Amino acid sequence: MEKTVLSGNEAIARGAFEAGVKVASAYPGTPSTEILENLTRYRSVDASWAPNEKVALEVAIGASFAGARALAAMKHVGVNVAADPLFTLAYTGVRGGLVLVTADDPELHSSQNEQDNRNYAKFAKVPMFEPSDSQDALDFTRLAFSLSESWDMPVMLRTTTRISHAKSVVSLGDPVSDLPPTSLQRNPPKFVMLPGNARLRHPDLEARLIKLADWAADQPFNRIEEGKGEVGVITSGISYQYAKEVFPEAHILKLGLIHPLPRRLITTFAERCRTLYVLEELDPFLEEQIRAMGISVHGKDIFPQCGELTPGRIKAALQGTSLTAVAGADQPLTSRPPNMCPGCAHRGVFYSLNRLKAFVAGDIGCYTLGFMPPLSAMDTCICMGASIGNASGLVKALDPEQARNVVAVIGDSTFLHTGINGLMEMVYNGSTATVIILDNRTTAMTGRQENPGSGYTLRGEPSRRVDFVQLCRSLGVQRVRTIDPYDLDATKSVIQEEMAASEVSIIITQRPCMLGRRDFLEKRPPLFVDPDKCTGCKACLRIGCPAITWEADAGEKGQARIDKVLCVGCGVCQQLCRFDAFGVHDE
Amino acid sequence: MNNRITNILLVGVGGQGILLASEILSEALMLAGNDVKKSEVHGMAQRGGSVVSHVRFGPRVFSPLIPEGEADILFGFELLETYRYLNLLRPGGKVVVNDLKISPPAVALGKETYPQDIPERITGTFSATTLVKGMALAEQAGNLRAVNTVLLGALANQLDIPEELWQQAIRKLVPEQFVDLNLRAFALGRTC
Repeated sequence: MEKTVLSGNEAIARGAFEAGVKVASAYPGTPSTEILENLTRYRSVDASWAPNEKVALEVAIGASFAGARALAAMKHVGVNVAADPLFTLAYTGVRGGLVLVTADDPELHSSQNEQDNRNYAKFAKVPMFEPSDSQDALDFTRLAFSLSESWDMPVMLRTTTRISHAKSVVSLGDPVSDLPPTSLQRNPPKFVMLPGNARLRHPDLEARLIKLADWAADQPFNRIEEGKGEVGVITSGISYQYAKEVFPEAHILKLGLIHPLPRRLITTFAERCRTLYVLEELDPFLEEQIRAMGISVHGKDIFPQCGELTPGRIKAALQGTSLTAVAGADQPLTSRPPNMCPGCAHRGVFYSLNRLKAFVAGDIGCYTLGFMPPLSAMDTCICMGASIGNASGLVKALDPEQARNVVAVIGDSTFLHTGINGLMEMVYNGSTATVIILDNRTTAMTGRQENPGSGYTLRGEPSRRVDFVQLCRSLGVQRVRTIDPYDLDATKSVIQEEMAASEVSIIITQRPCMLGRRDFLEKRPPLFVDPDKCTGCKACLRIGCPAITWEADAGEKGQARIDKVLCVGCGVCQQLCRFDAFGVHDE
Repeated sequence: MNNRITNILLVGVGGQGILLASEILSEALMLAGNDVKKSEVHGMAQRGGSVVSHVRFGPRVFSPLIPEGEADILFGFELLETYRYLNLLRPGGKVVVNDLKISPPAVALGKETYPQDIPERITGTFSATTLVKGMALAEQAGNLRAVNTVLLGALANQLDIPEELWQQAIRKLVPEQFVDLNLRAFALGRTC
């Protein structure tokens, strides 16, 4: 059997391919993004980006109802967006197997919260697998499709960052070959969830979940690993690996299917252990259910409920101490947070918003980094698309003088995700707020994925492109302006004019992401600072460009320098210099 | 090394090619017959932020994260980042570090200073430290961006993996047009 090193996400893509998945849909989100990107390797799979997670799941449901095996993937907060179809999908069940991957992010490496999506399995009444490494990720993905079909249920597969983005050695399998062809099949009692039909599906679902829990007690994906002594650990997911490390002698019950729980197996395991630990990240999801079985365990009385577990944190918790800092030298060191790239099209907008003292309702994307000093121009950030609704509410609550300061900023992909609904609300209800759509023609933060506004599909094939100006006009916005964010004077004056306007205005910035690799990117030579002219006034430092560094020892009181390798020649810094100290390299 | 797990912690700044280096390292370790796990964080780690990658190998590896204070080798691509994670190294551990300073934002803005004498502070605690003139060697190889493979060559001196497996891993993971450059860079790193 072929062996290779795969990340959890690569293994899920491989498992879906081996399971014969025909349709896969997703919205990018760390740490889930690479699942769909890797599915493009397999020509047999129709893999595509959806504008948001709700649409992605609905696409997968449609494919399943046609009899195809279908997959939807998203980050944990994406499931909030897709929750509406999910809960009713549990009632209808599936035709072709349907797997929904939720990639959670304990420790908030790249997220706005660390919600524990295992709770969705119980809440939505959907079985959930939780892999412990890449081999599990591949095997459980395959299993999830067959379980989905044999039990007529959608199945969730939950990863965390340390599963999705950890690599381990995997043995590959052969693709299945005996799947039935797709077809149209009418079945209203199953697929049309009107009250009369849904009322019958609900008890049927509850009955199947009880049977599934009993069946799962005897399946190899829920297994007991014999140890020595009287200490036992019940665990799943990445925590299993830490349990093997920290409790090398203990008996271990490794749960692969974490909903519904195999009560019979858990009771048998508990009987042989004098001391029982439940080791799980975030919520006491297993612990509360096991306690409800009348079994006494240690869990969140010892182990932390916030952040991810690590072997060190588990050991510290057992000793009654805490280990919060993973890193740290003998003295506080200057930190190294991420920053907008040199030449980033967002920089000039946030510089202008800062100068105009705008109250900025922010959103999710690279531009959330506009919060960081020295730009310091973001005042709220809740979730995908929230900026526009938040700005509308702020304006409603404030007196007109204060309300003029409110500006929403949102990226192209985020606007199409769920921002557009907020804009309809604004126009419909006569808001006076200003909305800036930062159109850089990509979903940048997650690593530059395509979207309906970028002009390309997931596979990189040309596609029709949303026209943001026409779209906003068609929603009823009368004031639609476009700007080049590299032009600081124009950017600032247009934002100022629209903030003063007494109706909804839209400003669309038109500069592609600097990391974009295609035709629409303009290459410019880098700039330099003339040491004879630089007075050390530090005006150019106010945009926080990584290519500009302060040399404290240069000149009389220090001077700015440009790193020629990093500079992309956007010229924004040049417009801030009153001493004409910036020059352009000849190339 | 025999029956135990060996832990290598890679640290540096987003954009330095750390993730590709950890891919090549993991591939070579697997080809040499080890169980290998590696873990890192994508997303916010890009864009000039601090980057950390854990690589563990041995007969059977469980946790993809190196237990705190049990790293055998701290493999640093930048001085300040190496110093930042020094306490994750076990007593008597080894350091392979690029002799390079990259200013973090507060330093670039002139608000804080870059700590001086980091190499002395590192060697003061860990005598088994290799300081690599990575940028000069990468330039010699033909491209500054190949600094990650230069450093990998220096790390390879601390590991018992046959040369041909390193080359096989580089050929597999580096885009074809850059293979020769990276093999040159790796060989220069080996001289450290």
